[in-house]
Amino acid sequence: MIRYFFTRLAGAIPTLLIIITATFFLMRAAPGGPFDQEQTLPPEIVANLQSAYGLDQPIWTQYGRYLKSLLHGDFGPSFKYKDFTVTELIGLGFPVTLQLGVIAMILALGLGIPLGTFAALHHNSAADYATMSLAVVGIAIPSFVVLPFLGLLFGVYLHWLPVAGWEAGSVRHLALPVIALTLPPLAYIARLTRGSMLEVLSSHFIRTAFAKGLPLRTVILRHALRPALMPVASYLVPAVASIMTGSLVVETIAGLPGIGRYLVQGALNRDYTLVLGMVIIYSTLLIGMGLLVDLLYAWLDPRVRH
Amino acid sequence: MGGLADAAARRLRSNPGAVAAAAALSAILVMTLLGPWISPNDSRTLDWLHIAARPGMQSSHWFGTDRLGRDLFVRTLAGTRVSIAIGLAASVISLLVGVSYGAIAGYIGGRTDHLMMRLIEILSGLPLIFFVIFLTVIFGRSDYLLFFAIGAVGWLTMARIVRGQTLSIRQREFIEAAIASGAGTGRIILRHVVPNVIGPVIVYATLTVPQIILFESFLSFLGLGIQEPGASLGTLIAEGAGEMEAAPWILLVPGSFLAVLLLCLNIFGDGLRDALDVKEG
Amino acid sequence: MVPTLSVDRLRISFSYRSGSVEAVDGVSFSIAPSECVGLVGESGSGKTQIFMAAMGLLGRNAQVSGSVRFEGNELLAADASTLNRVRGSQLTMIFQDPMTSLTPHLTIGTQLAEVMVTHLGMPWKDARSIAGHMLERVHVPEPKRRLNQYPHELSGGMRQRVMIAMSLLCEPSLVIADEPTTALDVTIQAQIIELLRAVRGEFGMAVVLISHDLAVVAGLADRILVMYAGSVVENAIAEELFKHPRHPYTAELLKCMPSVTGPRLDRLPTLAGQPPRPGETLEACPFAPRCPRAADRCRLERPRLEGSSTSQVACHFPLA
Repeated sequence: MIRYFFTRLAGAIPTLLIIITATFFLMRAAPGGPFDQEQTLPPEIVANLQSAYGLDQPIWTQYGRYLKSLLHGDFGPSFKYKDFTVTELIGLGFPVTLQLGVIAMILALGLGIPLGTFAALHHNSAADYATMSLAVVGIAIPSFVVLPFLGLLFGVYLHWLPVAGWEAGSVRHLALPVIALTLPPLAYIARLTRGSMLEVLSSHFIRTAFAKGLPLRTVILRHALRPALMPVASYLVPAVASIMTGSLVVETIAGLPGIGRYLVQGALNRDYTLVLGMVIIYSTLLIGMGLLVDLLYAWLDPRVRH
Repeated sequence: MGGLADAAARRLRSNPGAVAAAAALSAILVMTLLGPWISPNDSRTLDWLHIAARPGMQSSHWFGTDRLGRDLFVRTLAGTRVSIAIGLAASVISLLVGVSYGAIAGYIGGRTDHLMMRLIEILSGLPLIFFVIFLTVIFGRSDYLLFFAIGAVGWLTMARIVRGQTLSIRQREFIEAAIASGAGTGRIILRHVVPNVIGPVIVYATLTVPQIILFESFLSFLGLGIQEPGASLGTLIAEGAGEMEAAPWILLVPGSFLAVLLLCLNIFGDGLRDALDVKEG
Repeated sequence: MVPTLSVDRLRISFSYRSGSVEAVDGVSFSIAPSECVGLVGESGSGKTQIFMAAMGLLGRNAQVSGSVRFEGNELLAADASTLNRVRGSQLTMIFQDPMTSLTPHLTIGTQLAEVMVTHLGMPWKDARSIAGHMLERVHVPEPKRRLNQYPHELSGGMRQRVMIAMSLLCEPSLVIADEPTTALDVTIQAQIIELLRAVRGEFGMAVVLISHDLAVVAGLADRILVMYAGSVVENAIAEELFKHPRHPYTAELLKCMPSVTGPRLDRLPTLAGQPPRPGETLEACPFAPRCPRAADRCRLERPRLEGSSTSQVACHFPLA
């Protein structure tokens, strides 16, 4: 098992390196510089800025310096927010986004899997159709439509929850963004679980489990659940990607100071280092998630381990 | 082939959700095309007398107006038109790219196939939005970039599916017969592989369209997509979100249109998938 | 004396979108305590469905009527908890496909122990230890090691032994073995049959051995039921059946059994034709189209199962 993990880890590192290198060189090779947006500056000042940011060095040197600083967790200074380094900005925003994302993921799994199981057990009943119809709605309608609609309903009309804004530790401010972020993956997971559970329930080993006189709860929880969750495990990485993508919009609309919002701002402001740093963070997260999922597969199906 | 199509059509017709969705889609399409002719307004005129007016039948602004006095009815329909047009055009591109890529990879097989699939794996890794944001930072906002990015949605899945189908078809006898009769690779792919792959391709193409429309709206919403004065549903929704407390209809109208459009496309695509009995690759 | 299993006018049909299909058409028989009954028939004859109905394992599209009583208690309409008390402990089943009948992600030990934990309230440690002993009794080598292994680490024959062990843990009154050897190599088949014989000798429970092959049933059964197209056509004690088969189908089946000691045949005898597809209910003897002795009456009137306690047959013109 341990060896399996390290093989996968060894495979992941080159991928990450490729991403970092590719993004770095693409950035540097791009037409125009980060200062072109500002009002035209006198050439001496531009030269000074260039040397201050190390942009006048040969590109390989720049690459080397960047990699070195990465290892120290230093992503460089932000080109737009002159007083901050990218690392500081990430430090400010990451906890917010992480909170948002983790809660959404937990809810999506914690509600989606039981819902899907329930639908499978009541196959072809009214409850099944209702659940699956709701799932289609959840999958189809994007979070940037859902969140304003929710905000309208619960914030403006019912005055139950705040529409936007952020206070550290405030549940009320997180409620609507979390709901909007959770709905698409929750719907997808429910649908996946239902389909997969239906298949598993028709297998021979489940027939044996019933024939042994085990109560339904035991058959589902001990025998059916783990094989049924394989497709859900496969979906975990796209789920994280979906939540990451959703957080961009949700943070922007709700005014949450997370890294998603920074990324969007960075794109609009052409803040190179910020965007570069964000892309690296997100890629690392996804690759890390991929590794975790591989471990999960091994736990779900012992045959994978050998 | 014809018999399969008939059976599929029958199954589709007996699916109430799919039928309703198709009806709604046609209605939207009709409205989009004919709407501007019915209404006395156009999408550019700023009506200073009716700024942020509520929807109603009394004035000529049936869906109300936005902050600048522009008629929401016509504007929304125009936005829907833009979204649908981009969605279809980009879908066609992603379809062509995906099918060719997949067919070639599946047919040639071996190392080429392996490499081509590796590329798809790597590209599937990062969510497209980050890639787009990244390119936007480098190259600035341009319509070409937008189109390229939007077209990039969906071709990966299509390529995978087509490649899988091609691989299984390649083994079959009639391909060997075609090769034996001296037909060239290109001809074989076109004449034999493609018709047999049509089923899943149609289904996934139908499911790609809402994905693309979604992605385009997403970009426009964030300000990375269509620029002023052109507007797609995404831009309109962004405007509406800003006016939510004072004039909610500015959000509700385009938002509902987009929601219904995406919902119907998804339901119809699901129905099509059930009718053609295509399994997830 | 209450029969261990008593089946009375059991009818099973399955409904599909295209119509309904009758799989079992009014079957009645009973099994005495400690009796070993062989149930023989082609695939589609309904032999498995009878016991799937008894165990409550039929799908939702099945319509069942009639009665199946286990030690006097009706099984068919029983609620889940009543049924669960009986199945797996007193009434157990061994399935045909050992390769897919065990849960892949649970150890052998867990799958065995849970039977006793559920039915007898035993703590897990004790249950595992007893499971280990049972594995010994069914001749699984290195039983302690097997307890911690997963099904895919065992061969087909060993998995079937595990299934047998699993069926014996709570000292059942009736074990149903549904084609236990069909999916196994010929050499292993003999071993499993031997095991079943030994186990029956040791535990003394009633056994139903379902098979499409008379030869498999021959060595073990006290009594044999022959099924054709959803009904029982002959029900006789084994000796009688082999020496004096009364139904033409039984006779043909016997002819098809290759024998090591008999004359060497150039061609294996086969039965011409095919059984009726499930769902074709006729007011006629279902075997008539293939029967060499068929007469007009056979095509017009359905024969009923009649005879003595040692031999019953459903035929208008039974063999002497």
